[in-house]
This record gives sequence, structure tokens and C-alpha cells, in this order.
Amino acid sequence: MAKYILKRVGMALLTLLIITFVLFVLVRIMPGNPFPSERMSDEQIANKRAELGLDDPILVQFVRYMSRLLQGDFGKGTSLYNGAPIKTVLGSCVSNSFRIGGLAILIGTAVGLLLGIAAALNRGRFLDGFCTVFSIIGVCVPSYVFLIFLQYTFSYKIPFFPYFFDANRFLFSSVLPSLSLSLFTMSTISRFTRNEMVEVFDSDYVRLAESKGLYGAKLVRRHVLRNALIPIVTVLAPLIVDLLTGALVVEKIYGINGIGKLMVDAIAGEGVDYNYVLALGILYSGLYIGIMLLVDILYGILDPRIRVSAKEAA
Amino acid sequence: MAKQKTAAPVRAAYVPRREDFVFLEGRELRIDTNFASLGYWKGVLLHFWHDKRAMTGLVIVLAIILLAILGPGMNAYGYKDIIKVVNDAGKKVIARGISPRIPALHTLFGGEAYSDAFADSSFLFGTDDMGRDLWTRTWEGARVSLIIAFVTILIDMIVGMSFGLISGFFGGAVDAVMQRFVEIANSVPRLVIVSVLAIFMPKGMSLVIVALLLTEWIGMSKIARAEMLKLKEQEYVLASRTLGAGSFHIIFRQILPNTIGPIITQVMFSIPTAIFTEAFLSFVGVGIVLPQCSIGSLIEDGFNNITTLPYQILPPILVLALLMLGFNFIGDGFREALAPKLEDM
Repeated sequence: MAKYILKRVGMALLTLLIITFVLFVLVRIMPGNPFPSERMSDEQIANKRAELGLDDPILVQFVRYMSRLLQGDFGKGTSLYNGAPIKTVLGSCVSNSFRIGGLAILIGTAVGLLLGIAAALNRGRFLDGFCTVFSIIGVCVPSYVFLIFLQYTFSYKIPFFPYFFDANRFLFSSVLPSLSLSLFTMSTISRFTRNEMVEVFDSDYVRLAESKGLYGAKLVRRHVLRNALIPIVTVLAPLIVDLLTGALVVEKIYGINGIGKLMVDAIAGEGVDYNYVLALGILYSGLYIGIMLLVDILYGILDPRIRVSAKEAA
Repeated sequence: MAKQKTAAPVRAAYVPRREDFVFLEGRELRIDTNFASLGYWKGVLLHFWHDKRAMTGLVIVLAIILLAILGPGMNAYGYKDIIKVVNDAGKKVIARGISPRIPALHTLFGGEAYSDAFADSSFLFGTDDMGRDLWTRTWEGARVSLIIAFVTILIDMIVGMSFGLISGFFGGAVDAVMQRFVEIANSVPRLVIVSVLAIFMPKGMSLVIVALLLTEWIGMSKIARAEMLKLKEQEYVLASRTLGAGSFHIIFRQILPNTIGPIITQVMFSIPTAIFTEAFLSFVGVGIVLPQCSIGSLIEDGFNNITTLPYQILPPILVLALLMLGFNFIGDGFREALAPKLEDM
């Protein structure tokens, strides 16, 4: 198991390094210059380039960038926030995004699981149908559309929740964005849980357990749920990743100062801020790879079969 | 216990008749039509035809495609025309924010009342804040989104399929290198690809298409590779190899036709993803640029005017949701039709 994890981690780090390098090269070979040229003379630009070391060979630049990055220094933005250090800007953004994203995952998984279990236990009855319809709606309508409707109804027509995000009333004002972000997770998990549980209910070992006299909550808890929950871990990873994308628009709509909004500002504004694109690109890739890695390892721990096949392959 | 009697034979032993030894030639040949054997694709289509959900999806998608083709031409206004109308006072004004002609919607959302002055012009979905007809814009947007989705997914299908088939067929070192490449490409989030593209390219339709081209082929290649690994051990591959067929012929002429089913299923699930991504990018502001419109940019317009003209956001959202629904239903139906489980029969 330790060897499996080690190999996985090594592979993930290598991938991240390659992605960082490619991103770095792509951003550096950009045509045009990163300074607003109308306001600076050629000499000033040349001085600035020399000061930032933009004329060095690209590998040297990369090594320098990486050594700073490892100390947690992302450099400075070129146009956003008047060139404030990216690290300080990122700090508050990351915490905002993570709290809302975490809340969304929590709500989505918890409610989704409950709904899925309830639907599987009432197979073919009203609750099952409701769950199906709910999951179809959740998959077909993007999260930001939900947010637009929630915002319009509960902040504008009935002014109960704040119309925009307010960091001072964190919990209260993150209800709407977290709820709308969680809907996709909720619907996918509920549908998946329902299908997995139905499949396990029809399996031979559950029939055996039933024929031994086990029934009701005990049967569900001990035999059905345990086996049904394992595959759900695998869908959680892509869901979290989708959440990152969804959060981009949700943060834009609800005025949340998060990494998503930062990304939108960096790419969709008048000028593109290369350093932010680079920093956020590394951050997103790191998150993405980290989540995938975590789920892989978790899956290996939960399901012994994966461990065995990994050992055989090694 | 009573002694059991042996049961009487149910049927007497069969005595062969003369006819049994006469050739059938010249007599009527009967083919079983009730349980006739079906070709593979005929069976799939039949299964699909009887799948109510899949057919609903097909009807929805076809209806939207039809409207996207015909819709923009159904009234006199172009998608970027700013319409002027004569108001009650007899003045010619720009037709800003006229609410839809559907009465229930109007009472729900308010907006400028639909007055008789516009009786000659039919703003079925109303007009937007700039005075453009929403009916035309909605279907024009649907058309743009659908074109983007179909074109990119078609190219992705060809690229991904070739990549996966070649990787799976040759195996060994080729496969290892190609799969490492896929693994790395797969661990770059779509957002990062889009943001880097935003540096290199002008915002617009081409950026959306390139972003989709760079991301969507991976799923296809995985499926094509898995199918190839399954199929390449089959006898017919060995047979054509023995007969002297080259690798290219085996991959693309012999095996490809057999992998097409799962790939089409994947296409059906990729199209909604493409539409979703387009909507997302346009909403964020790196997609379609004005005055061009797509579903995403229409939703963004609607969002910007949500407090004043709340009905404006409804048509693009409904079209988006229905497209998602339709394609997902078709995809599900197709998957089931290709590999029917006993419980579905």
C-alpha cells in the first residue's frame, strides 16, 4: 500500500511540474509585452525587463520562478490590483472560495446521500420518482442559473438574503451560493447512490443475508450501504472539479471575492494579466491533481480489491 | 405408502412417415416472421424506438434544431436589428423591453405592457433592453451554440477515436507513451486551458471551439482504446492479419466499425457538455462577442437585466435545459439500446 501511494504521489508531483513548466513557457513566449506600453518609453521598458530578468534564458527564469514559488511567492500582478503581490490577494480569495466550496460539497453530499438512500428504499414509489426528476433537473440546469433565480426571488423580490456576498455576515450570505453550487453534486450523488443501492439490493450476498433473517435497518446499514458507498467516492472527484468551474460564474454573479472571480478578472478584462493567469493556473492544476490523488488513495484504502490489483501490477 | 403406478406414455412413439424423407424443394418454404432474427443495428434501432424516454429526447432535440434553423427567419427582424415601433402617442420609439406576448408571463414578471400599438408586430418572447426581438435572438443563439457543439464534437470524435484506436492497437511502448500524454493532458483543468488560450487568442467563437477541441477528445480516446483492447484479440482480426492486411486497414476498416456504438453514446453525452461549456465561457465573457449571440451570451444579457426585464432570461435558459435533457435522454437510450440488460426487456 505504501509503495502504491508513494508511486501515485510521485506521479502527481511530476505531472504538476510538467504542467507548471508548460504554463510558464506559454505565458513567457507571449507576443507583446506585459507592460502598458503607451505610458512607458522603450528605455524604461528595457530597464524594467532587465530588472525582472525577462531577458534571461527561459530555463533560468523557470528555476528562479520555481524557487520563489516554493517559498510561497507568486510574484506581482501586471495590471490587476495595481500590481499588488499576488500572494496577499490570493490569501483572502482562497479562503472565501474554499469555505463556500466546502459548504457546497458538504450540503450536496449529505442531502444527496439521504435522498438517494430514501429513493432506493422506496423503489418505484413517489419518493423514487421525485428523486429521479430532481436529479434530471439538477444535471440539466447549470448552477449559476439556480443562483440567478434564487438571488432574484429571495434577495430581490423577497429581500431576505443579501443581494451580494458580504464577508462580515459570512454564513448568512453564503447560503444562496453554496446551495446553488451544491445542487449539481446533490443530484448526481443522489442518482448514483440510488442506482448503486438498487444494484446491491439485487445481489446474491444481500439475498443470503436476508435469508439468514437479517432485515430492515441492520441489513441496509451492514450490507447494502457499505458496499454501495464505495463507488460513490469515485464520482466525488469529478464533482469537486466541476464545482471549481461552477464556482467561477457563481462567484461572479454573487460578487464573492474568490479565486473564480479573480480568474474571470484576469482573463475577461480589457488586458490579460499574465502573472495571475500563471499563478491561478498552477493553483487550479495543483488542486485538481491533488483531489484526484486523494480520491485514488482513498479508494484504494476503502476497496481492498484495488490494492490487490495494484500490488499485482507493480 | 401406496405403490406408485408408472405413468402411461403421453405420446406414442413417433412413426416416420414417407414425407419426412422427401426434399422440401418445390414445396412452400416458411420463414418464421414472429421471431425473425434481427440485424444488430436493426435491433438497436428497434430498442431505441420503443424507449419512451429516448424518443422524448429525440423529439425535443429535433424540435429545437428545427426551430434553430427556421426560427430566425420566421419574422421580419434580424437578430441584431434594433426595432422601432410607433407608440400610443404616435411617436416612433425603439421597442425596448416589451414583455412577451404570452399573457401569463406578463402578469408574473411585469415589464412594459403589451399594448395594441404593437399588434402588427409579434414579439412572442418580447424584446430586450436594446430593442431587439428575443424570439429571433433566442433561435439564432441556439443555432450558434448547436453549430459550435456539433462541429467541435465531430472533430474531437475523429481525433480522439484515432488516438485511442492507435494507442490500443499497438500497445507496448507506443501505448505507454501515448497514455502518459493523455494522463498529463487530462490533469490540466479546462479552466486553465481556457485562461491560457485567452492570452493567445482574441475572445470569440474561435476561442470556445479551440478550448473544446483541446479538452473533449480525451474522453473519446479512452473509450476507443478500451474498445480496441477488447476487440483486437478477436478471431477476425487474426484472420485478416493472416490474409495480409496492414495495421492501418485492420484499425480503420475492420475494428473501427465495431467500436462505433459506444463512441456515438459518448458523442451524445459530449454534445451537452460542449453546449454547457460554451454557455459558461460566453457568460464569463471570453466566449461569443456582441452583436453575435449564443445561449450563453443571451443568459448573460438576461442576467444583466434581471431586475428590470426578468422575462428576458427565460427563453435561453429553457432552450439550454431542454437541450441538456434531450441529449442526455438520447444518450441514455442509446447506451441501453446497445447493451440491453435483461431487466429492460
